[in-house]
Amino acid sequence: MQKEYDVIVVGAGPAGSMAARFAAEKGVSVLMLEKDRDVGYPVRCGEAISKAGVEEFIQSDDKWIAARISKFSFNAPDGSEVIIEFGEAGYVLERRIFDYELARTAADAGADILTRAYVNGLLFDDDGKVSGVKYEYHGEQKEIKCKVVIAADGVESRVGRWAGLKTHIDFRDMESAVQITAANIPVDQNTLYFFFGKNVAPNGYFWIFPKGHNKANIGLGISGIIGKKKSAQSFLDDFMNKHYPNAPILTKIAGGVPCSITLDKISAPGIMLVGDAARQVNPLSGGGIASGMIGGSIAGRIAAEAILMNKLDHILTYDKAWSDRLGKRHEIFNRIKEGIYNFSDEKFNSIAHSLLKIPIEKRTLGRVFSVALWNNPSLLLDIAKVFVI
Amino acid sequence: MEYRQAKTGKLMIEILPDRCDFCGCCVGVCPEDAIELKEAEIFIIDPRCTNCAKCVWSCPIEVIKFNKNGIPK
Repeated sequence: MQKEYDVIVVGAGPAGSMAARFAAEKGVSVLMLEKDRDVGYPVRCGEAISKAGVEEFIQSDDKWIAARISKFSFNAPDGSEVIIEFGEAGYVLERRIFDYELARTAADAGADILTRAYVNGLLFDDDGKVSGVKYEYHGEQKEIKCKVVIAADGVESRVGRWAGLKTHIDFRDMESAVQITAANIPVDQNTLYFFFGKNVAPNGYFWIFPKGHNKANIGLGISGIIGKKKSAQSFLDDFMNKHYPNAPILTKIAGGVPCSITLDKISAPGIMLVGDAARQVNPLSGGGIASGMIGGSIAGRIAAEAILMNKLDHILTYDKAWSDRLGKRHEIFNRIKEGIYNFSDEKFNSIAHSLLKIPIEKRTLGRVFSVALWNNPSLLLDIAKVFVI
Repeated sequence: MEYRQAKTGKLMIEILPDRCDFCGCCVGVCPEDAIELKEAEIFIIDPRCTNCAKCVWSCPIEVIKFNKNGIPK
């Protein structure tokens, strides 16, 4: 370990690892700090991702692919099931291995990595620019200086706050989630299942994502508005008691998914925010692995450029680079989410019935959304934009 | 009885650490940065808490409780 670094990344999830890797690949010195004992564990994630989202960053590898996905199944409250077929569209990951491999690519690029290093404060120079981090390691309080801090500290997003950025998320936009990985769940191993309705996951959705050999991630996320009255845990218990009362449970985990648009500001002098910490999750699907990796890669590249040019103000161009790549699109997804989440059970049912009239070979996600929004014309324009951009 | 003191008087929020999964939902929604979360350790920073209860509503597994009588020291 060096005494000082060009870049310090806080958090070793997918966004942090890509920030570390893309900065290190440009030849600047990078240290990535992870608060937990392990990179990639515990896994707080449904683990589904598109193939394209993965392959922008790492070659697909069977050792972290738990299931290959070629179908979506949307389930309405009355039990109507609409299946959409793709080619091989995506994967359910084994994230404890996947995250490890991502961190390994950062290490290959030259980044140093330290686990069990809990960052609990920032250092500032005389001008108020962030100039390093304070952290606890093996019970000792330490400090280390750097030119740029990249905060990849996840849903908590405290590092950005310490730099004066407003990172806390409205409790209505936080999807509080709980998930089990269960065995003996005899669902199709190439299909992602989504369930909608006020009894299963109001203002959110319930999922069953296969993980091979009849294992599956089963969970849901609900807005804090719903959580006020009934917790995610309670919805999960109801579903499992009804459908799989005797399923052996291999893992149970809680988590939060920030389903909002990206923060107003994701950079400030000496600091950049990436991944969940920047609220870079796709607010419609709740998927954050691919978008976090994209955010991380942009931030890592820009941080390195700024250091190599000796022009640290350059990091402030990150906000626009992110917005152009995905941020603007997430604003549209967020409006669609707000439209869909307010649908009544009757509306979900009638949408499913309309979709079932379309022959399966002609069903596409685009058509699903067009039908879904037929009753909500103000959103049609937004939909059109999604498929034009 | 002596009570823990929040920014707005008696502290009324209680985290049950034995049942917590350390997922960070509550930290993400806390407007006051009043929750400290390590790998497997969590606590409220009392003088910052305003008893707004957003953490209570966003906890997926009902580990944070609101007790209007206050939390004894």
